[in-house]
Amino acid sequence: MHAIAEDLFTEEEQPRLIGGRHRVSGRIVFPLPEGSAYEPYPLSRQGALWSWTIQRYRPKTPPYEGPEAFEPWPVAYVELPGETIVETRLTGVAFDAIQIGMPLELTFVPLDPARKDSPMIHAFRPSGTSS
Amino acid sequence: MSDVCIVGIGIHPFGRTDGVSGIEQGVFAVREALADAGVEWPDIQFAYGGSDSAGNPDTMVDRLGFTGVQFINVVNGCAAGGSALFSAQMAIKSGEFDIGMAVGFDKHPRGAFNALPSEYNLPDWYGEAGYMITTQFFAAKIMRYMHQHGISPETLGRVSEKAFRNAQHADHAWRREPVPLDVIMDAPLVSDPYTKFMFCSPAEGGVALILASEKKARELGKPLVRLKAAAMRTRPAGSFEVFAPSIDIHEDATGPRGSATRIASADAFELAGVGPEDVDVAQLQDTEAGAEIMHMAENGFCADGEQEKWLAEGRTEIGGALPVNTDGGCLACGEPIGASGLRQVYENVVQLRGAGGGRQVPGDPKTAYSHVYGAPGVSAVTILER
Repeated sequence: MHAIAEDLFTEEEQPRLIGGRHRVSGRIVFPLPEGSAYEPYPLSRQGALWSWTIQRYRPKTPPYEGPEAFEPWPVAYVELPGETIVETRLTGVAFDAIQIGMPLELTFVPLDPARKDSPMIHAFRPSGTSS
Repeated sequence: MSDVCIVGIGIHPFGRTDGVSGIEQGVFAVREALADAGVEWPDIQFAYGGSDSAGNPDTMVDRLGFTGVQFINVVNGCAAGGSALFSAQMAIKSGEFDIGMAVGFDKHPRGAFNALPSEYNLPDWYGEAGYMITTQFFAAKIMRYMHQHGISPETLGRVSEKAFRNAQHADHAWRREPVPLDVIMDAPLVSDPYTKFMFCSPAEGGVALILASEKKARELGKPLVRLKAAAMRTRPAGSFEVFAPSIDIHEDATGPRGSATRIASADAFELAGVGPEDVDVAQLQDTEAGAEIMHMAENGFCADGEQEKWLAEGRTEIGGALPVNTDGGCLACGEPIGASGLRQVYENVVQLRGAGGGRQVPGDPKTAYSHVYGAPGVSAVTILER
């Protein structure tokens, strides 16, 4: 998998997001901050929808590097129990079926679906909808 | 310690003014404020100026006059104007100066603000993947709030409807045509649940305020509008702010999440020695319709969820129990970052002087409140008394 950035996802069969755990307070954040205050902490692949919206216009470039052609996408915050709430795209769910509290699991989607070598970004999908 | 008074106010109309630079709009506002105070530029002993993207404020001395005045530029995101005002009142409170100025102006390109990750200590991928978008945060924040506190989309629409209705009476506002509620609700969605009438736009404009010690204000013979409190605060741990790749889980599910606004507000009320029930008119940051709703509670004016009833009953209308955003707020005026927080204070001075014309709050208001919020979690609150 060609990730959009290094040290963002673990290299395992089912990759996880690499968060950071504060070495003193135990606070968990995503992504892993630079410096030594936080140690790498792979995050849970399961969570529940905390909030969401739909991105309905193409973000400006720079910094956005997605395709010129624009299709709206859902942006969400997903609560990973006991860890943190991560910002993510949603995939595999109709806009009108999105509900706060719905169980979700981590997956990965291409930033540009039309490009074979597109960098991959993280997304969550309804639990149990493995592709 | 004597009070700091606002003795002069000036504004360049907000919106789009082609061919007039941001700094010229700032200079326009300064000249208006000087005339309003009945003083000349050489009388000004110091200035603080805020602008996000329209140049260094201190360069306006080449238009106003080379008096050698102390002029400090303030960079503080959306709180730049509030921070300039805070600094100006400190300069007078300290006894160092008797009269000075806070000025803010800006001129932004059309479309949403275009922020870069590096400006916010965020990794590049965050922007590349399409997260560097303020509207996403605003929409996600209200979506959660509506779910938790039973706020309906129609209540968001009522906030926008009120903004455009109030703005028709404000000469400095940008969007001054009333828009019916059904048109607001049926308009295209920008970021659910917000339609295009529920977001403010980046804009242009300038505001200047002349501040003076109470002694100086009396010499000038101006009605005394006292700045009883000015508080600027940054975010506490665990707050939910714009451009957040992750948010802490809020452990105390029964209590509200902390925010820069909550601390700035509580501190301002304590400084002024008044409470939310004493406020006669309030200008609350309404970058989007839901921000006004959430900021009503974060500033202590109502409990979470009560806004549904408040809006339905018209309690935040000009003639209501607590008029909010009497000039149409950011929704109708747009948001020139450096000027926006000062516009709120300008409007409050207008209201306390009884000069609001068609938008004047009835009943001779005595206490006025303003609140500005910006990325990545800064808030400035003022309380004025007449």
